[in-house]
Amino acid sequence: MGARERRIGDVILEMANISLTFGGVKALADISFDVREHEIRAIIGPNGAGKSSLLNVINGVYVPQQGSIRFAGKQFDRMTPRQAAQMGIARTFQNLALFKGMSVLDNIMTGRNLRMRCGLLAQAIRAGPALAEEHRHREFVEHIIEFLEIQPWRKTPVGRLPYGLQKRVDLGRALAMEPHMLLLDEPMAGMNIEEKQDMSRYILDVNDEFGTTIVLIEHDMGVVMDISDRLVVLDYGKKIGDGPPNVVCADAAVIRAYLGVTA
Amino acid sequence: MGFFLETLISGLMSGMLYALVGLGFVLIFKASGVFNFAQGAMVLVAALSMARFSEWLPRWLGFESVLWANVLAFALSALLLFVLAYAIERLVLRHLVNQEATTLLMATLGISYFLDGLGQFSFGSSVYSIDIGMPKNPWFAFEGIFEGGVLISLEDLTAAIVAALLVTTLALFFQFTATGRALRAVADDHQAAQSVGIALNRIWLIVWCIAGLCALVAGMIWGSKFGVQFTLSTVALRALPVVILGGLTSIPGAIIGGLIIGVGEKLSEVYLGAWVGGGIEIWFAYVLALLFLLFQPQGLFGERIIDRV
Repeated sequence: MGARERRIGDVILEMANISLTFGGVKALADISFDVREHEIRAIIGPNGAGKSSLLNVINGVYVPQQGSIRFAGKQFDRMTPRQAAQMGIARTFQNLALFKGMSVLDNIMTGRNLRMRCGLLAQAIRAGPALAEEHRHREFVEHIIEFLEIQPWRKTPVGRLPYGLQKRVDLGRALAMEPHMLLLDEPMAGMNIEEKQDMSRYILDVNDEFGTTIVLIEHDMGVVMDISDRLVVLDYGKKIGDGPPNVVCADAAVIRAYLGVTA
Repeated sequence: MGFFLETLISGLMSGMLYALVGLGFVLIFKASGVFNFAQGAMVLVAALSMARFSEWLPRWLGFESVLWANVLAFALSALLLFVLAYAIERLVLRHLVNQEATTLLMATLGISYFLDGLGQFSFGSSVYSIDIGMPKNPWFAFEGIFEGGVLISLEDLTAAIVAALLVTTLALFFQFTATGRALRAVADDHQAAQSVGIALNRIWLIVWCIAGLCALVAGMIWGSKFGVQFTLSTVALRALPVVILGGLTSIPGAIIGGLIIGVGEKLSEVYLGAWVGGGIEIWFAYVLALLFLLFQPQGLFGERIIDRV
């Protein structure tokens, strides 16, 4: 048993019998799976398998018709994105949902929003405590900027940055929340090999250094095999595989649905 | 030359007021995607409340000071608008989240009629006056440079300065405070803003309060110039071209749009008026807005909306 495996703790998130339909379309059908503390859990599956829907359920964007969610010992029938954020669940988006008109720094600063304690009035008159608070958060954000190596673009509006850097800012904003759990929706989509390697390194570092639990959706099987501890495989809204990468990839059903069959 | 400057300056000054009302539109539209038809009604309610309270308060509390009457009336009116903002967010908008833009527009149209009625029901429907002690006499500037100098209405100048101060304060607030940052974030992307734990309801309440404050200042200034009456609520319609020109999603756009329309109205009236028989001031802004809708529908500074077909 390696050092990595030993770090992995108890179940932190448990999804039980989740079903989600849009009109008549079943997006998720009776899905159960768990995520353990400190692990990197990947969700894979062909396009339209329901991966993003599943992430959106965890994050409270979609409310499932059936099933329950248990996070950090608390049971939920429904959750709002804000509640999820308050409980320490941060996320990034598949199609970048950054605040395009704002600078890199401001974008990441929004991640500190829930930790800001000073009232509107104190901020407006720039009272001492409000300024001190702003400086404290700014310091934290500078660490993240350094960690993600985006110092030169601190003041640049994110809308002007190339795609790969925007993906990093998206990650930075999520990290600024100091989350317990990080949901990454295709963090490497549309990147070249070099950018993918960088992003993989950041994800592993976050997991190692901060102990953040990570749930990620990714299409690049090479990356998934490299960095994840366990996989969930979805197909047409159903779970068809669950386990460590080497086991899942040897599974006949998974190969048929996802990796393709040869004759 | 002196006359041209005179016209230009007076245009800039009325433009500042348009900018103030335009800003109210833009703030609410950016933060919640609602085109708020009730902005004009808010101006009316604010002006009515300002006029009546400054008249009633000295009588109720038995004091003479005009200054205190105005200060207290302003505070009370601001409070009233905040309460209205809270009620609108709580009772109407919260239930219409994620509805179609048309639905929201109709809702604000309803709010607009309701506020018109409520304002006149509670405060009366005659013509009232607001006296906030703005200087009435004109001032001649640059007398050494131009013959006869440039006539500047001190009343307009004060109004413009007050409006400019409010706009600057708001701009600083948006740029340099955590709440301002959250406001800008919500304006850019609702979903992402929620994912970092920004409470949309709180932000909406704040923008409606700020829009109310803009309405109050605009209503107060307009009311003190022309008197407070029902037609004040159509002032907002004069600010519509401002936001079309500047772009519905741009705060600097609202300010610059307001100035352009203010100046355009005055200059066209003076220099083109004679050719078409005058009265340009009344329709100039709308024609300009129409041209923009034809050739540059997103306005000068607005986001270009690209639809994938």
